[in-house]
Amino acid sequence: MKKVGIIGVGQSAFVRGYPGAIRELAFDGFKEAMEDAKISVKDIDASLIASAPEYDKQRSPAGVIAEYLGLIPQPTCYIETVCSSSSMGLMVAYSMIQAGLYDVVAVVGFQKMSEISSMEVQERMGRGADIQWESPFGTMMPAYYAMYARAYMAGHGLTLDDLAKVRVKAATYGQINEKAVYRKAVKLEDFSDPESRLSGPIADPLRVGDCCANADGSSAIIVASEEKAKAVCEKPIWILGLGAASEAVNMAGRPDLTGGLRVGIEAGKKAFKMAGLTPKDIDVAEVHDCFTIAELMAYENLGFAKPGEGKELIQSKETYKEGSIPINVDGGLLSKGHPIGATGGSQVRTIVLQLRGEAGPMQVKDPAIGLVHNIGGVGLYGNVTILGR
Amino acid sequence: MAKQEKEEDTRFSKFGTVSFTALTKTNDFIDYLEKGKLMGTRCKKCGQIFFPPRANCYSCFSSDMDWFEVSGKGRLLSHTKLEYAPVGFEDDLPYALALVDYGDYKVFGRLNKDIPGGEIKVGMEVAPQVVKLPKGHISYEFTKA
Ligand SMILES: [Zn+2]
Repeated sequence: MKKVGIIGVGQSAFVRGYPGAIRELAFDGFKEAMEDAKISVKDIDASLIASAPEYDKQRSPAGVIAEYLGLIPQPTCYIETVCSSSSMGLMVAYSMIQAGLYDVVAVVGFQKMSEISSMEVQERMGRGADIQWESPFGTMMPAYYAMYARAYMAGHGLTLDDLAKVRVKAATYGQINEKAVYRKAVKLEDFSDPESRLSGPIADPLRVGDCCANADGSSAIIVASEEKAKAVCEKPIWILGLGAASEAVNMAGRPDLTGGLRVGIEAGKKAFKMAGLTPKDIDVAEVHDCFTIAELMAYENLGFAKPGEGKELIQSKETYKEGSIPINVDGGLLSKGHPIGATGGSQVRTIVLQLRGEAGPMQVKDPAIGLVHNIGGVGLYGNVTILGR
Repeated sequence: MAKQEKEEDTRFSKFGTVSFTALTKTNDFIDYLEKGKLMGTRCKKCGQIFFPPRANCYSCFSSDMDWFEVSGKGRLLSHTKLEYAPVGFEDDLPYALALVDYGDYKVFGRLNKDIPGGEIKVGMEVAPQVVKLPKGHISYEFTKA
């Protein structure tokens, strides 16, 4: 089978309260990716616009954004799996190119969460679950992840400090990532300091510091056929493996919570199988750390640690830049912020820059294979993508 | 002659603090709650058990369901206490959520907020009870068995 490559990546700065319209926000990430790819909009055969609905006043944003980016009359459509929308967009782009329909496809992710009031955001959060059977109890994302964290504490001896250590690592790199929304240092003691905002309760055992921030942002990935990639790009990064999965929307339909997220396990298995690789082959990874517990579950679900032993990786700092498996060394969602539809594209950008040796102060030593783990909702959807030089 | 307006069966709009669903084929769930019973469904054709209840079976595509009662002791799999809530739930704060294992199925719901924090342990036995809420709403929660 022919290869499919990534020839350009870009993202906007992730910020609170972007001072512009969604089309202008999308432009920021797209511009960086196009300048990276050094091609013109005429070279793009189709676009996929990835985002989560109901944050924008604009209905059907794909057409509006495609037009603003100069991508008409080429086909475009909206791709949605909430927080993993742009990773799913990458999978669809890969399929479109492998099918021979198109040579170059742009995946543009965006989210302007500040488009609506914070009251409205909360109302949508309440409906991010099974609206018939669970939302009437007053559920929200942090509460669901808190239930996973509680199960891990009871079943695997996970501690509050283990959770906080994930945030401390994220902040280590958020400080050196100029695109991150949270650039401050975080100390372990902040979590026990009643004066620190990070110690505030949300849904126990999760505290404010265990949760990523809402943000406005955009990302873009330019995907090309092997022929086209080799013709226009000096350092194409190849898509080696793609996996995706779905899960019961309600918690009652989930397997044992102490096993983490089944979508992460399933998507990972498929991606590793397609790539013919194992977790040991991964040199650098981005995992979906919407909450600190989510990163620890990802370590296990992807096979970087045995079930229940994810905490040991953070305790021993093996997931720091100098460790055996550097993870989220761009600050992760915890520091970068989590503009839903743009998040996957930002993770892919980080790994592409790492594999090209262009990650600046965040650069890991000479990685050849990288992995992106991107989760939608509370493990409702999952995508794992494996990339190589 | 003008057609008579058909009356809609919106019983489900009474479920929980804020219900986001009015029309469902599992509306009898509400009647059972009003009789003090928490119910799931079982497919009459293939025996598949569903909680939350379903009107349709994905195993055999039958829509012929029996109701069964969720009663007695289950095991607490996880829980959380919320200090922050979505719009519409502020007056309930703080409140707790629970996931409970019954072997063949699991049940998600509220955890009684009067259980002292120190007494709540993953693995403990809990049992469901129906809770009447303001404005005629109705729900269920788990308490120590
Ligand atoms: Zn059946």
